[in-house]
Amino acid sequence: MTRYIIQRVLQLVPVIIGISIVTFLMMMLIPGDPVLLMLGQHITPQTAENVRHGLGLDQPMLTRYAHYMWNALHGDLGRSYIQHQAVSQMLADKIPVTFRLTMVAMVIAVTFGVLIGILSAVKQYSFLDTFATLFALTGVSVPTFWLGMMLQLLFGVILHILPVSGTGGEGFHLQNYLLPGFALGFASMAMYVRLTRSSMLEVIRQDYIRTARAKGLSSRVVIFKHAMKNALIPVATQAGMDFAGLMGGAILTETIFSLPGIGSMLFNAITRRDYPVVQGVTLFLALVFVLINLLVDISYAVLDPRIRYD
Amino acid sequence: MSVNDDTSKTFESYETTSAFRDTWVRLKRNKLALFGLFLVVSLILIALLAGIIAPYDPIQIALKESLRPPSLAHLMGTDVLGRDIFSRIIYGARASLIIGVVATSISLFIGVLVGAISGYYGGWIDSIMMRVTDVFFAFPFFILAIAIMTFLGPSFINIFIALGIVGWTNYARLIRGQVISVKESDYVEAAHAVGAKDARIIWKHVMPNTLAPIIVYTTMNVGGVILAEAGLSFLGIGVQPPAPSWGLMLAEASNFIFNAPWMVIWPGVAIFLTVLGYNLLGDGLRDALDPRLKQ
Repeated sequence: MTRYIIQRVLQLVPVIIGISIVTFLMMMLIPGDPVLLMLGQHITPQTAENVRHGLGLDQPMLTRYAHYMWNALHGDLGRSYIQHQAVSQMLADKIPVTFRLTMVAMVIAVTFGVLIGILSAVKQYSFLDTFATLFALTGVSVPTFWLGMMLQLLFGVILHILPVSGTGGEGFHLQNYLLPGFALGFASMAMYVRLTRSSMLEVIRQDYIRTARAKGLSSRVVIFKHAMKNALIPVATQAGMDFAGLMGGAILTETIFSLPGIGSMLFNAITRRDYPVVQGVTLFLALVFVLINLLVDISYAVLDPRIRYD
Repeated sequence: MSVNDDTSKTFESYETTSAFRDTWVRLKRNKLALFGLFLVVSLILIALLAGIIAPYDPIQIALKESLRPPSLAHLMGTDVLGRDIFSRIIYGARASLIIGVVATSISLFIGVLVGAISGYYGGWIDSIMMRVTDVFFAFPFFILAIAIMTFLGPSFINIFIALGIVGWTNYARLIRGQVISVKESDYVEAAHAVGAKDARIIWKHVMPNTLAPIIVYTTMNVGGVILAEAGLSFLGIGVQPPAPSWGLMLAEASNFIFNAPWMVIWPGVAIFLTVLGYNLLGDGLRDALDPRLKQ
């Protein structure tokens, strides 16, 4: 087991170096001179030169990369051009909101997705099953941000039972996260319905389930105790990987529901061309994505001993 | 005589049964897939015939007509600049379709190249190419597209580049796997034996066997790319005003959700139906092309 973990961690090293190279090179994509973009066209060549030197932009590429990597390893992701604040500090301030939103989305998606998926597998070909299959196909086609706006319209104009924007002040106010969480988690929910349904259908045809039924156990015990345990393994794997994806998808949701998280921060940085912030957030989210995948792989190996021998 | 006739008929119909025909026969039985096909074909026709169908110029500003609710004159109402939403939706189909198809083609091209070379040659070429694929795969799809668009700056060509670059990794992995599984087969060995060149073997003998999963994935991918384009345009780094794009229309509508809900509803419905069309068609194609893949 330890060997497997060490092996997986070592495999990550080249990927993480690659990620840092890609994010580093992004700055090269900017058309024109970044210093002029930053300070405007009306500065003297001397000032431009000083700023360029101050930022280390006059150094050779390799030196600049080494510098970038060294800083990143120490948690320094650069400074915002606009707010003159460390990107890492800005991220630390925004993470709680994004994390809460992602968690709420995840809980909604998994709970309803798994429940509908199981019911639809147990009552295969029923009306509910047809409905669930249709939902699974349509759910992934709805644009998240449009769904968010539709929910705002529905709850802001007609229902008035949930707040349609903002976090509701300091701390965690669940009611403020319900609509954005639902919008963000909707597509994932549809995916879980599909995944749970097909995995459940496979499991309930296996011998040990027949044995359990033959022993005279009630249907509920067989489905929820015996079958669900195995049927949920692929769902758990998917959920782990989905979490990082949801954090990425949160950018649109946060913008619409005025939630001050990483997504809103990224949106502001995009509109103001605050390149270091975009670069820092991209690097951060890619690292989160990779680390979560690692955790998923390891926990999968712990749960299912067959994996380790591959 | 009649017996002879029958035999020849059977023989003929046997001969004309191609893989394409089989697929079509199976696809026809799937109502949802047919509905998907209908949506996709409608989108293509609307995009092609936009100039004929649209009642108004999609970018003509008419401030006197600002924020009119749906009526006979303006079927879907007008936006804040008085532009006809129905006409903008129709022209918006062009942007979605072009970006969906071109960006997917770029991903497909890079993915086929990387996947085929990687899988066919193996060894260190494979190792290097797969590590590069891993790196691109490590980024959340939408975030990488956002980053590339921010740095490149918004333009039509850059959308192709950004969405093309972020989408190729899945193709590369898919094709590499397929190539590895067929390259050891007897008929590829036979092709080697008669002296066929590598490029010819890959193109003529290996690739046709990887076609089914590629067609399925590509179909669904077009839908995904259209969703991503809408997201980018919504954030202001995709299609630029005054061009009609569904994502951009939603961005323009976001300040008028409560005053002019028609501005919000229609572009979303258009995106939804388009993406749904590609997803249903892709799903149906998976079952029709290879019944073994059916979930």
